[in-house]
Amino acid sequence: MTASDRKQQAGQVALLVTCLSDLFRPQVARATVALIEKFGYQVDVPCQTCCGQPACNAGEQDKARALAEKMMDLFDPYEYVVAPSGSCAATMKEHYPGLFETGSPQHQKCLRLSEKTFELSTFLVDVLGASLERKQCFGDRNVRVAYHDSCSGLRELGIRSQPRKLLKERLGIDISEMPNSEICCGFGGLFCVKYPEISTRMADNKIKGIEDVEADMLLGGDLGCLMNIAGRLRRVGSKTRVYHYAELLVDADPGPAIGYRK
Amino acid sequence: MQANSKNFSATARAALLDEDLRAAMSRAEGGFVDTRKMAVEELDNFQEYREFARDTKNHVLQYLDHYLIEFESNVTAAGGQVHWAGNGEEASRIVTDICQRPGLSKITKGKSMVSEEFALNAGLETAGLQVVETDLGEYIIQLAKETPSHIIAPAVHKTKQAVTELFDRHHREAGYPRVVERLDIVNQARQVLRDHFCTADVGITGGNFLIAETGSVALVTNEGNGDLTANLPSIHIVIASIEKVIPDLKSLCGFLRLLGRSATGQAMSVYTTLLNGPKRAGDLDGPEEFHVVLVDNGRSAILGTPYQDILRCIKCGACMNHCPVYTSVGGHAYGWVYPGPMGSVITPLLVGQANAPDLPYACTLNGRCKTVCPVIIPLPDLLREHRNNLVATGHAGILQRYAMRVWSQVARRPALYNIMTRLYVLKLNLLSRLGPAYRRGSFKHIPLLGAWTSTRDFPVPQTTTFQAEWQKRGDHERAA
Repeated sequence: MTASDRKQQAGQVALLVTCLSDLFRPQVARATVALIEKFGYQVDVPCQTCCGQPACNAGEQDKARALAEKMMDLFDPYEYVVAPSGSCAATMKEHYPGLFETGSPQHQKCLRLSEKTFELSTFLVDVLGASLERKQCFGDRNVRVAYHDSCSGLRELGIRSQPRKLLKERLGIDISEMPNSEICCGFGGLFCVKYPEISTRMADNKIKGIEDVEADMLLGGDLGCLMNIAGRLRRVGSKTRVYHYAELLVDADPGPAIGYRK
Repeated sequence: MQANSKNFSATARAALLDEDLRAAMSRAEGGFVDTRKMAVEELDNFQEYREFARDTKNHVLQYLDHYLIEFESNVTAAGGQVHWAGNGEEASRIVTDICQRPGLSKITKGKSMVSEEFALNAGLETAGLQVVETDLGEYIIQLAKETPSHIIAPAVHKTKQAVTELFDRHHREAGYPRVVERLDIVNQARQVLRDHFCTADVGITGGNFLIAETGSVALVTNEGNGDLTANLPSIHIVIASIEKVIPDLKSLCGFLRLLGRSATGQAMSVYTTLLNGPKRAGDLDGPEEFHVVLVDNGRSAILGTPYQDILRCIKCGACMNHCPVYTSVGGHAYGWVYPGPMGSVITPLLVGQANAPDLPYACTLNGRCKTVCPVIIPLPDLLREHRNNLVATGHAGILQRYAMRVWSQVARRPALYNIMTRLYVLKLNLLSRLGPAYRRGSFKHIPLLGAWTSTRDFPVPQTTTFQAEWQKRGDHERAA
């Protein structure tokens, strides 16, 4: 990329695709692009890999640091970086700075990246102050929708009201609140394969909450959690369908749910 | 107590299959969480108290030597004796030496978690002494020959039915009837323990706070067993770890507001007692001798390290009550004295990281513990610090390290990463067509991903990645 190319990109939003969306749920990345473009921003998807969250959480600091440096360079030219995931955004916002010595040039760079990185719903609501025009949808019919508050987004980034506000505005959805909406679903990155039995028990507890409110649909903002819950729901024969909230904001009839072909 | 924390995976798996444990834990979890929430909301400045407690503890830890010496001199001035124990063995010896004096044989004991660190009961029994735990939960697990599974509710893993059986087995000979109802169980324990209270020679308790200003030991209980243990025998021994010291009575008020609410959802525990030295001339009751054993056992080595914040802990148990891993597997899976988030932080520090390499990873980093901790210990950050250290010292699992190395080699090279991920999703998509997975939209089994697919379906991906699709879109736009 030349210097003049970089300059032209000022004002652009870079999409942090996130690995899980890239590999297993491109609908989420597509929806994220569409939502941001709605507000006049141009979205770019620079060729990228992973934010390093798995390394960061595993204690593999050297590896996390190497990836963080790559990501910082990659996203340096953009005005904003937006991710359809609270945990990936939190890795860049909250955990990158801890990887470098305070006061070092890399640390400064981390802080710059941290300031301009946002999870999708916080970007739309808190940064852009966005309002979405109302669209007809199943919200007018009798579909019960539950929402799972993913832990990183909730506790590290304060995401709770933003997706609910957007879903209400856009689709008229009133969330059927689960008693355990704020309790971990058991995904936890490597945790879910390191301790699959505990992880599954936690997913089952989450499913009890989904059953309590008799939800037809479960929404959330982090694909790791959603794939974990959807995978368990499918295995135990539940009919509840799982989507990322962004998919619904773009298309009220969003096609197959996670783990479904139809 | 011998640490068995290396076996977390196996013990946790076994615990998950225990239906009684599951029933007991889900009841307890709901109770603790809801009552705490109500009690916290009653105070409109709970957060201010948390910050006060955090700052006060930080201050004390910075001047720990000063406050401990002040405490010692005030205990001595009140006629008590302070003993310093560098480790568990020393603490055990100090207590045993006192209890082995001629004419002493029966010891009543209030709850003390620190004494579990060096298996004091076993030591005393080996010395030929009789030890009776008097906290109901501790009494139950003493009969069952188990260890506490929770720091404030040691028998939380036991169902009512299990206690009925236990009491029947141990009390029948003395003529007690079989008891089934909760109240009858409590009353029978009360009767049995009453005899022990009245005939004990030595009482041993823990201490919730040590007040430097006055040399007092603050003891917080709900059953009153602490007071009977402390006051009826002629000798009272308090065992407390060194980080329990606080500056003065004024700060005690703040800590008491936090402790009851965080632990059991009570504005105040039923009994809060300040113990000051032995019986004085003119006092109606109280022990003839008052001993305080101050136990280090690895704490001072934590001072000044990145883990120092864990020494603020006031042992309320809120972190474990709110931990979805703890409430799934119970306390025994953690393999040592302290379970749950605070246990996963402190156990590796006290028994050695190499002896508890699983604990820091037995957590999803969901952060709920940190939001309820009354002294704002950044528990997830400390667990991350442990993980960093385990990797740096080569104690992390080999499989994880190997997988991480391969993955990071690929993730550092965007071009390679994009080829590999494209091939991977294409392979999965094609694989799905060989069986029913394609039509279902999800796999029931994927080779090498058994840890996921043994209990969960995995979605069938489309034939390519989002990034490949995006690149194509760019190519089309440029062509147009």
